[in-house]
Order: sequence, then structure tokens, then C-alpha cells
Amino acid sequence: MRRLTFSDCGDYKTRYAQDAALFANDVGRLALGVLLIVWFLIVPAVAGPYLLTVANLTGIAVIGATGLNLLTGYTGQITMGHGAFMGVGAYAAAVLAARVHLPFWTAVPLAGLATAGVGAFFGIPSLRLKGLYLAIATLAAQFILEYAFLHWDWLTRGTSGYLVPPARLGVWSLRGERPFFWLIGASVVLITWLHLNLLRTRMGRAFVAIRDNDRAAASIGIHLFGYKLLAFFLSAFMVGVAGALYAYYTGVVVPGKFTLDLSIDYLAMGIVGGLGTVLGPFYGAAVITVIPEALRALSQALSAVFPDLAAALNALRDVVFGAVIVAFLIFQPEGLADRWRVVRAYFRLWPYTY
Amino acid sequence: MTIFLQLLTSGIVVGMVYALAALGFVLIYKASRVINMAQGYFLALGAFGALAIAQATHLPFVLAVVASLLGSLVLGGIVERLLLRPMIGEPVIGVIMVTIGLAAVLRGGILLAWGAGNFGFPQLLPEAPLTLGPLVVSPVHLGALGLSLAFLGVFAAFFKATTLGVAMRAVADDQQAAQALGVSVPRILAASWAIAAMVAAVAGVVVGSLNGLNADALSFIGLKVFPAVILGGLDSVPGAVVGGVAIGVLENMAGGYLDPLVGGGTKEVAPFVALVLVLMLRPYGLFGTVEIERV
Repeated sequence: MRRLTFSDCGDYKTRYAQDAALFANDVGRLALGVLLIVWFLIVPAVAGPYLLTVANLTGIAVIGATGLNLLTGYTGQITMGHGAFMGVGAYAAAVLAARVHLPFWTAVPLAGLATAGVGAFFGIPSLRLKGLYLAIATLAAQFILEYAFLHWDWLTRGTSGYLVPPARLGVWSLRGERPFFWLIGASVVLITWLHLNLLRTRMGRAFVAIRDNDRAAASIGIHLFGYKLLAFFLSAFMVGVAGALYAYYTGVVVPGKFTLDLSIDYLAMGIVGGLGTVLGPFYGAAVITVIPEALRALSQALSAVFPDLAAALNALRDVVFGAVIVAFLIFQPEGLADRWRVVRAYFRLWPYTY
Repeated sequence: MTIFLQLLTSGIVVGMVYALAALGFVLIYKASRVINMAQGYFLALGAFGALAIAQATHLPFVLAVVASLLGSLVLGGIVERLLLRPMIGEPVIGVIMVTIGLAAVLRGGILLAWGAGNFGFPQLLPEAPLTLGPLVVSPVHLGALGLSLAFLGVFAAFFKATTLGVAMRAVADDQQAAQALGVSVPRILAASWAIAAMVAAVAGVVVGSLNGLNADALSFIGLKVFPAVILGGLDSVPGAVVGGVAIGVLENMAGGYLDPLVGGGTKEVAPFVALVLVLMLRPYGLFGTVEIERV
């Protein structure tokens, strides 16, 4: 057996493969292994249904935020339409499951592909637009898709929406929180693995080059439009998968969920977690999903003192949510991922700081 | 034909409101290249502020409106100083997100203070509709039109004749050159936010007297501003007015003629379809500066 290495007291890389390796040493590998064991075996055994619900919603948000991170964090294309793209995924899954009667394991990837197609279509303006203008174009995409959810009755059944049949994998019927906990956890691992490896390929490097300087990227032979469309395609695929999982998880798909507010939630996850980092979507999704839950718990705890608090919960959520975004942008613009990096770098040499 | 004229006039009235909201938006964009996602909440705050001041102090309503406008002026300046100044030099997405965060805080604040219900301003003008040839117009609409036009006139004069207005145009044109001539750029940026918030409050009061006050409906106008400014050109003040009126007329026409065919909701979506088309065909809009990239 190979000897484990735990710290590198210098840069001894001699090949590109070492430089591109996912883990610099075995600490990360071991930590990840322990984390996965704890997450998949111990957490579902000890956590109650409420905690599992929060974990499942966070997991779905991680997948969506990863999609946004690929597009906004790595390719530099701002999107305000990811809430609607998630809706496309949810509706696609609902239509495929309830009308075409496709099984769960084909409906989810197909829903992702359908969303990817829609995403690439709304990425076409990126041929001519960038920065603010592209953000406004995706804002328009959000409203046009919302209109379609509500008024394209033939496909979406308007306000009544869809009931999604329960997911089945082979002989297992997925019901309740725990099966979905494993399923969503596995999907998160899969999507993150895809995300991580994508960034090490030619494609991922091209995305970063476009983000850093599009004209310089074009001059070294990167086909801007093609890669931007590809980024929209992949990003929408991921958020579409998140939408499909959400549809199966909640069992209903109605238009009211996939509004501009959801798009803004996703952007906030990107900002809070740290755009352009692989772990950022995890932190961001956790913080943004937990804020309303924490506020609800707080208002219940204080309901004896302030009975009006529960009624003002939505308003309070808006205030806290906005304040968190603003505070992050002003005091920690690189997000939590950067804070974690700083903490880790500190303890790496601790206590011999110099 | 009468229906057409009716839709046209109410479209123009709504469009003037969009024009006012868009004017503030363009002001901020021109001076600092920031798009303000919180514009709709400035509208709402102006309208609700006027209502609250009128109820709390029992001042005549007109004075309450003036007080609310002054409050918006101060608020805009504070927002610039506290939120936007630290963001100078940050990436575009950060600047957009800070205004989104501001919008969320303002929305929460409005909901906390007033709730999601509907409110109304005291009636200032008679309710009986006027008949002008084939048209039936309510005095409130005429008043809204008059107020909007008056404020647009005031702002045109402000930019043409006052020192501050000229300085603002100078900063919008070329920050460095303006600075070299002794214009304090931070002061101008703060002034542009203050004025934008105040114009938005005017628009909010106009909408409030037309349709009543509802936090969601008022703030949605802040999003309708996007089609208006893209059509007119993001950095053009006359463009904001033309674009605002055009979008107001367009959505009313779409609502009047297309809704019966496709079953509702076209009023909300038509401006955004127009927005996509303009972005595809002529991204700098009707009067915007054509930016040519040179490597």
C-alpha cells in the first residue's frame, strides 16, 4: 500500500497531472471519505424528518447553485433567469412522468436536457450582449418563461399545475424524506464530480478564459459564442436536474414557485458562497436555505413575547436576506469559500506562522 | 377606433409613469454605470411615505407629498453613501446584487410597516369623467399626465440651467475630465442617487393616485423600467421618456388586443418580449450611445 502524505512542505510537482490532481495530499481524500460516510450513513440514522427536509432542500439548491456557478462564477455570464430554468426542469419532469409515463431515472436526465435546450436558446443573446445587457436579457427570459408556465395551458395546465407520480427506482418506491436524502445526496455528489472535472478540461479552461478577458480568449482561438452557449447549456442542465428532483420530491409543480425571487435566491447563493469556487455553492445553498428556517424557529421561540412575529415572518425574511447579501458584498465579497480558504491557510502553518 | 384611442391615452398615462421611473434609472446608469434593481421600491417608498406622513401629521396631502419627496431625496443620498460607494471597482454582478439586496431590505421594510394590503390616497380631483370628443378621460389620469409632464419639464430645465445639473451631465460624459475641472465626482454620484430616488417617488405618488397603493404592484414598475430603458437606450434621458411612453402604450395595446386571443397576461409579458427583440436587433436602443469595442 502507498504511504499516505498529509502535508507538503514545498511544491514538488513535476508533472502537469500532479498539478491538475483533485487533492494535493491525502488529508482531503480522507476528510472527504469520512464526510461521505457520515453524511450517507450516520446523518439519516440520527436526524429527524425536519432536519432531513432542510437537508434535502439544501441539496437541491446546491445542484442549482452549482449550475449558476458554472455560468456566472466560471464563465462570467450573469443570469437572472435560473429560477425559471429550474421551473422548466420541474415542468419537463412532470410532463414526462405524468403524461408520457417515463420512469424516474430517464425523466430526470431528459428534463435536464430539455432545460439545457431552453437555456441555450436564451443564451443566444450572449452572441452580442455581455455584462449588464446580458443580465437584462436573462431577466426578460425569466418573465417570458413565467408567462409560459402560467398561460401555456396545453403544456403546463396553467394554475392547476401537475401532480407528479411518486418516483420509482427499479423495485424501490421512493417515498418520504430518507430515500430522497440518499437520492439527492448522490445527485449532489455526481453533479459536483462533473463540475470539478469539467473545470480541469479544455472546456473549463476556456470558460475561465472567457470570464477573465473575452477578447483575449477570442484571440487565442476560443470560439466565444460556442463556449458561451455551451456554458448556458450545461448550467441550465444542472439547474434543470435540480428542478426535476424538486418536482419528484415535492410531488406537485405549480407556477408560483419559479419566480424572479428564486432566481435572486440562486444569485445570492453564488455571492454568499463565493462565485468561481467549487465549494461555494454548498456554503451558499446552506446559508440561503437555512435563513428562513432559522427565522421560523426564532419566531416560534419568541412567540410568547412577540405574538406578531410569525405574521411578519416573510417581511422579516426579506430584510434579513437583503442585509446578508449586502453585508457579504461589502465585507466578504469573495464569499464564504474564500473565508474558509483563509482559515485553512492560517492553520496550515500554525503555530509557526512565518 | 374609440377602443384604440382609449387604449392609447391610458397607455400614454401609464407610460409617463414608466418614463419617470426610467428617468431616475438612466440618471444612475449614466453617472455610475450601475443598474438599480431597487428602483421599484423607491417608487413604493415614495408613495407609502406620502400616505404615512399625511396620516401621521394631518398635513394637507400636497405638503405630505412634498415631504415624502424630500425624504426620498435624503434616502437616495444615504443609499449611495452606505451601499454603493464601497462597491466602486467591484465586478458588475456585485454591484447588481447590492441593489438587489437593497430591494429585499426595502420590500421587507414596507411589508413590516404597512403589510401587503391595498391603500388609497385621498381624492384630490373630481371623479366624474371628462368627455373630450370621442374620448372619455378621468381627471385623475389628466392630473397624472400633467404632473408627469411638469416633472419631466423641471428635470429638463435642471439639467440645462443649474450648475449641479450641468456638473451631472459632465460626470456622465467623462468622469476624469469632470474631475479635472473641479467637479466632485462622489458628490455628483450621491446627487444622482438622491434625484433618482426622488423622481421614483414622484412616479410612485402618480401611480398611487391612479391605481391605489400596493407594495407588489408599485415595485413591479421598477422591473417594467428595463424594457423602457433598453428601448430608449440605457444612457439616454430623452430615450427614457420615449421608451417609457412606448412601453406603456405597447403593453396597453397588447392587453387590449391580444388578451382576448391568448387568454390574459400579455400585458405583463409583452414589454419583455419587446426587450428581447430590441436587445437582439439594436442593443443600444433608439438613442443610446453605440459602444464600439476596439482591441
